Amino acid sequence: MPSATDSSPALPGGQRPVPPPSSAPGGGEGGRFLPSRKKGNLTDQFYGMILKLFGLTLPLLFVFIVLRIGQEARPAMEAFGFAFITSTEWNPVLREFGALPFIFGTVVSSFLALLIALPLSVGLAVFLTELAPRWLAAPIAFATELLAAIPSVVYGLWGIFVLVPFLRFTVQEPLSRRFGDTIPFFEGPAYGFSMMSGAVILSIMIIPFISAVTREVLAAVPRSQREAALALGATRWEMTWQVALPYALPGIIGGAILGLGRALGETMAITMVIGNRPDIAASLFAPGYTMASVLANEFAEATGELYLSALMEIALILFGITILVNIAAQALVWRVARRGGAA
Amino acid sequence: MTTIALHRRRILFSRLMLTLTGIAAFVVVVPLLLIFYYLVTAGAQALNLDFFTQLPAPAGEAGGGMANALLGTFLLVFYAGLMGIPIAVGAGVYLAEAGNTKLGTFVRFIADVMNGTPSIVTGIFVWAWVVLMMGRFSLLAGSVALAVMLLPMVTRTTEEMVRLVPRELKEGGMALGFTRWRTTLGVVLPAARSGILTGILVALARIAGETAPLLFTAFGNPFWEWRLNEPISALPLLIYQYAISPYDDWHRQAWAAALVLIGLVLAISLVARFLIRNPYR
Repeated sequence: MPSATDSSPALPGGQRPVPPPSSAPGGGEGGRFLPSRKKGNLTDQFYGMILKLFGLTLPLLFVFIVLRIGQEARPAMEAFGFAFITSTEWNPVLREFGALPFIFGTVVSSFLALLIALPLSVGLAVFLTELAPRWLAAPIAFATELLAAIPSVVYGLWGIFVLVPFLRFTVQEPLSRRFGDTIPFFEGPAYGFSMMSGAVILSIMIIPFISAVTREVLAAVPRSQREAALALGATRWEMTWQVALPYALPGIIGGAILGLGRALGETMAITMVIGNRPDIAASLFAPGYTMASVLANEFAEATGELYLSALMEIALILFGITILVNIAAQALVWRVARRGGAA
Repeated sequence: MTTIALHRRRILFSRLMLTLTGIAAFVVVVPLLLIFYYLVTAGAQALNLDFFTQLPAPAGEAGGGMANALLGTFLLVFYAGLMGIPIAVGAGVYLAEAGNTKLGTFVRFIADVMNGTPSIVTGIFVWAWVVLMMGRFSLLAGSVALAVMLLPMVTRTTEEMVRLVPRELKEGGMALGFTRWRTTLGVVLPAARSGILTGILVALARIAGETAPLLFTAFGNPFWEWRLNEPISALPLLIYQYAISPYDDWHRQAWAAALVLIGLVLAISLVARFLIRNPYR
């Protein structure tokens, strides 16, 4: 059993992907404790049925979510068809609805956030598992767990009043003055409320998830592998970089994708700092708009069936993307966890 | 000579990279410290007795409090728990006891996918379901939205905790001639109780801080409200509304509310953390 600090960094509320135990300690009979339909006590059969009903609530609810949102989105699908996701016009007054600026904002802000968060998370995880003494590792691990427990709206509040002014005056303005004319990413006036602020706040929010998964898979690297590398004369870094990290790589990728899924669906914090303007701009300093943000901002005020329906279709697209991303992450994390357990 | 130089370079490089990982850890911890610093300094200044006893002041006026939002958050979480926890625990027990069947694997998979659902999508779904059906925003709709978020979380933690109960304990129950349902209710669930409770508390702490699912369901309300069929306010909703408002006094109150909210969330999480005790490890 690994020590308390490096074993399963617990995130709140089952947010961390839990690999399905392939051989459950309590399962018995091939993991099935409930009686089959033909065997067993009558009350037990009844009990089995009731439990199954409870279990079936989740898939039924899931199907209902997809159907309900899909139904509401149908008028927009019929009116715009495929053009909905390729058009950049979003003008509720003229009843023109194209979702591309929001898809762009969501995808770009999430990938930028991942770009910032991934190296930091892996660095943090390596530091905690390979390097830090216990007295230092425990509080840092606890602090990152706290980061995961902070509500999104509190990140947003902090973003508006602390992060955005900081980025605007100490990062964006100098960069814009010096490189604004030559590098398109730093072009234009520094608003503060921008794609960059959105990406930074998202990265802070997803670091706990990625680093938790990374720590878990690093802890699953067999001790013999590390010792073999050290015995062959590798330095500690070479052992980490050439042995431990490659072994854990599928899990780290899975953790990164999981973080990406969080970033894609994140609503409040990014709505409060990204600037909410449906433009597609190359500059990191220009305001953007994400799918989740447009839902948060415009849904309550949407008038007219088509407007509502267009927002519903955005919700459906967002839902679809996060489902795909989560499935990919789940598959990768499960695979490495199984292998780690078997080795 | 060259091998020694090479060796030294490798060691130096190793030290450099490991230092960088230390810096990464530092960079991650800094935002947390900053957030707490601002929360405590800005929040504590604005926090007073009025905050806990008064209704919000009309837009632009100074003073007022968030008493109704505190009650609202409490009611929303309470009803969400009332609806979500029994189903979630049942589903968790199902996954633990029949989870390796095809259907069980499928249910677990769906639970994980639902765990990753953006909270705003949950809010919109509940709008399209409960709010459209009732024809109005309501406490009920808000609680349903939070319950939908809670369901997959508690299902998965319950499953984990029930699985930790040693097989011998179950076999003991069965050997005494218990039926399976009595073994579960009388032996397994009591043994897993503290773990399940921990999972529930952590999930409650998480939904208490959610804003996005409440935007179009609970909606917010400047007055006292406790009826299920009326719109209701909640702390996260007011933080959002106040933070994006142009009034300085509202900004101050948003910090105070954030401090209270995070105190609430952390208090529940910490209680949960100390409850984690698995006697079978």
